[in-house]
Amino acid sequence: MDRQQLLDLYFVDARARLIDIAAFLDRIERAEPPEDFRTEAFLQALKELEKPGPDRARRVLLALSDPTREPVSKSPGKGACGAFPSSSSLKSSPSP
Amino acid sequence: MRYIEPHAHMVSRVTDDYLAMVMAGCAAVCEPAFWAGFDRGSAQGFYDYFCQLTDYEPRRAARYQLPHFSWLCINPKEAEDMGLAREVLEIIPGFLTRENVLGIGEIGLNKNTRNEIQILEEHVRLAAEHGQLILVHTPHLEDKWKGTRLILDVLRADPRISPERVIIDHVEEHTIGMVLDAGFWAGITLYPESKCTPARAVDMFETAGADRLWLNCACDWGQSDPLAVPKAAFEMRRRGYGDAVIEKLVFENPRTFLSQSPRFHVREAGCAA
Repeated sequence: MDRQQLLDLYFVDARARLIDIAAFLDRIERAEPPEDFRTEAFLQALKELEKPGPDRARRVLLALSDPTREPVSKSPGKGACGAFPSSSSLKSSPSP
Repeated sequence: MRYIEPHAHMVSRVTDDYLAMVMAGCAAVCEPAFWAGFDRGSAQGFYDYFCQLTDYEPRRAARYQLPHFSWLCINPKEAEDMGLAREVLEIIPGFLTRENVLGIGEIGLNKNTRNEIQILEEHVRLAAEHGQLILVHTPHLEDKWKGTRLILDVLRADPRISPERVIIDHVEEHTIGMVLDAGFWAGITLYPESKCTPARAVDMFETAGADRLWLNCACDWGQSDPLAVPKAAFEMRRRGYGDAVIEKLVFENPRTFLSQSPRFHVREAGCAA
């Protein structure tokens, strides 16, 4: 499919998701603290969208991933929260 | 269109789902052992679960002319308790001769802990010793990239493991390359929020190619869709792909991998298996 056809197929859906993201960020900003590392991780991942190259999905996923290599000593729980706290945001991190 | 559902947790689905899947063209369903949403308290609980996977569930599926196959293991979410995990590992060989068992799975990692890795290694040894296929679960969300690399390390460390006999599931855009490059099969899971949409699955198919790739729904007790694979097939059709290309991804590829087990067969068109 060419770009025109892909836009015809996906633009309105992507537009709706984009507005959802904007509304999500507005919602977070309106809310009272505490801060949470996931907000910063989300905003950092959004920056990948502006960079050129046809691998934005991969880069966003990597931006939200645990970049470390060593196994964890003890499981912190069963669930995942969707983002990994950077060293600068650890002070504001809840227990995932 | 016919398709194979290579990963569905049917024990947690209603019987109506079997009817819907068959009506949508499902020719076989495969069910890996998984976490029940709570930690089981004993190996006896797993014994009963394995009986359900190898006896009761195939009979429920057979009412809809649908061949049902299973994979056995203790899942990584319960592998942190190594004592329990090893008790469960001891009972698995007794089930490997059941006629619908395809291999060991879904093993893997959840939070990438040392205990999980040890139990993963022991499952891999078990599969190697018994000549079983392997189905691997990769961790969720932020843990997936690290976990996939750790899993590849474990699999590569055992020289008895042939990559073409291992499917590494739940790949996404940041992990599919490392899995395929290492010679393993890759599974894309169509699951709301935590995994992949049909559109992204088709994107990955377009960029990675169709070789050693399958789609699955992994429907379970969470919000999930037992018809996700035929919906992804529809997404391919919307992008202009014809029947032959679609059938390769949703039928021929899983059949090729799963047929490495002599027990696997599919419901042929117009007749019961």
